Amino acid sequence: MASVDSAPATHGDVHAVAPPDPVAFTQDEELKAYRGMLLIRRFEEKAGQMYGMGLIGGFCHLYIGQEAVVTGLMMGAKLGDQTITGYRDHGHMLACGLDPRGVMAELTGRSHGLSKGKGGSMHMFSKEKHFYGGHGIVGAQVPLGTGLAFANRYRGNDNVSFVYFGDGASNQGQVYEAFNMAELWKLPVIYVIENNRYAMGTSVTRSSALVDLSKRGQSFNIPGLQVDGMDVRAVKAAGDLALEWCRAGHGPMILEMQTYRYRGHSMSDPAKYRTKDEVQKMRDEHDPIEQVKQRLLKTGGASEDELKKIDADVRAVVADAADFATQDPEPEASELWTDILN
Amino acid sequence: MVSTTVREALRDAMAEEMRRDGDVFVMGEEVAEYQGAYKITQGLLQEFGDRRVVDTPITEHGFAGLGAGAAMAGLKPIVEFMTFNFAMQAMDQIINSAAKTLYMSGGQMGCPIVFRGPNGAAARVGAQHSQDYSAWYSSVPGLKVVAPYTAADAKGLLKSAIRDPNPVIFLENEILYGQHFDVPQLEDFTVPIGKARVARAGTDVTIVSFSIGMTYALKAAELLQAEGIEAEVIDLRTLRPMDTDTILASVKKTGRCVTVEEGWAQSGIGAEIIARVMEGAFDYLDAPVIRVTGKDVPMPYAANLEKLALPTAADVVQAVKAVCYK
Repeated sequence: MASVDSAPATHGDVHAVAPPDPVAFTQDEELKAYRGMLLIRRFEEKAGQMYGMGLIGGFCHLYIGQEAVVTGLMMGAKLGDQTITGYRDHGHMLACGLDPRGVMAELTGRSHGLSKGKGGSMHMFSKEKHFYGGHGIVGAQVPLGTGLAFANRYRGNDNVSFVYFGDGASNQGQVYEAFNMAELWKLPVIYVIENNRYAMGTSVTRSSALVDLSKRGQSFNIPGLQVDGMDVRAVKAAGDLALEWCRAGHGPMILEMQTYRYRGHSMSDPAKYRTKDEVQKMRDEHDPIEQVKQRLLKTGGASEDELKKIDADVRAVVADAADFATQDPEPEASELWTDILN
Repeated sequence: MVSTTVREALRDAMAEEMRRDGDVFVMGEEVAEYQGAYKITQGLLQEFGDRRVVDTPITEHGFAGLGAGAAMAGLKPIVEFMTFNFAMQAMDQIINSAAKTLYMSGGQMGCPIVFRGPNGAAARVGAQHSQDYSAWYSSVPGLKVVAPYTAADAKGLLKSAIRDPNPVIFLENEILYGQHFDVPQLEDFTVPIGKARVARAGTDVTIVSFSIGMTYALKAAELLQAEGIEAEVIDLRTLRPMDTDTILASVKKTGRCVTVEEGWAQSGIGAEIIARVMEGAFDYLDAPVIRVTGKDVPMPYAANLEKLALPTAADVVQAVKAVCYK
């Protein structure tokens, strides 16, 4: 673990944070990461199928390929740390421990969906699990998540807010308004930029004047790190460093997670802005789940049979969620008029 | 009763609620050390400290969103906009985040926040600083919208707004800040959101208004009395939910109605009132309802043109005479 006490939290200084050393996982951590990422992968594959069958409507943005980011960061989080993200949110909900049945039933717009069928893929929340959405407006979650951190500081607790957004959102003006206040008030917030290289169909190089997104906080004196977002161990090490930084009262930190989505922007995107070879290369050489699997097999941390058992368990959870979401009734017509005001 | 300015009443409301509930805090531009651009937060920093009276950078979109996030986490922010003209920068967070989250979360995630500040025209500040947003906010489900006229209502309604578990848009008026009204001297004086007030009883015509529009309505009622027309004047106080019952009861009695607002006519508050009167009291009407509104132009700077752009008591008198066929 690298030191985070390299920079005092005073105005005018330039924070400099050394990138963390890679930290090997214990066998338990490897298995936990494997299972967590696999659940997201299988869940999203099923969601994709159900979308194709017409069971899910509207927009549906899959997290396939990016599983290591939220999985690795949640492995370091403690009770009460908040999570907020944009519309590519199914993985974050599962990683926060939300019920897969409730998530899938929300995707199908049914009565036992997490938002009673009134939110949909992009809008789900759980106060109990400290998951604050699920936001459909690109970048809006950044000031909101900074507000969660403000509440932590106001209450004097040592919780940290994880604010996830993409390379596309990183160009929104409100992101920088939030950065400024977060550093000004030393708010405990980790800005996780999930750089999957494409904002819908526009590559980072075509949309961003500065493509090293970890530097986006420089003019506010917010330290940033570039992290291999396909390696769950690197993600967790960076997350632990950032958590320590925030909990020590140093203010916000930016983690640019270099990741990749295998599917299109949403289900309606054929992804013609990149080559099939590019996608295949990432899958073959950097797949986050395969990396853990190979390590487990190589070190004897788990046998093929043990991993197959995990796979079967995960598939059963997903199949159960899909069955539930298919059979659950649509919301009552009276639900149209509830939950508008408290 | 104590003679109090609207400015003092608003300040007192915030101070009382901040004493009552440690989760209430106020944030905005110049609210702390400067004591408020319009001195509405005078003395709050001294009493509550900079943890609860928070000066923000000039960053409306950002701090509206930050406030909404803090509210989702359970705090009760009062977000001051130096004027609601600047809140257009924050519109996405107000509507998409604050107003819709309860519904989108199936009732799980509320947003107990007050967005407050002066709305509408001040004096000689031109088009970008003079817009009335009453109609905009009042069209959005998930918001409550309050626009008081008197100091008593300003105080009582702001206290209710701060306690309300929903996002409340609290529209003040700069011209009214310095005006004195009697405020009840009670330990905990509140006014319920959603109830209009019959400011003046009458039998011949119903004038419906709110906020600074009430000054024209009440002045007109005085002038009309001299001519033998008894106007009933209703102060809406809350624009959403709108107290339709009070409007309809009055119109059913008088058979005639005029609406008064400083905002633009098209899709305005007056247009909404007319629709409700038509739906609920059509058979009682003896004349078509007339709107008195701001003119359908951006606010001009020149003193004479600005005057022409805003409604007057004379406009209201003329409208009332028209609906009374006099």
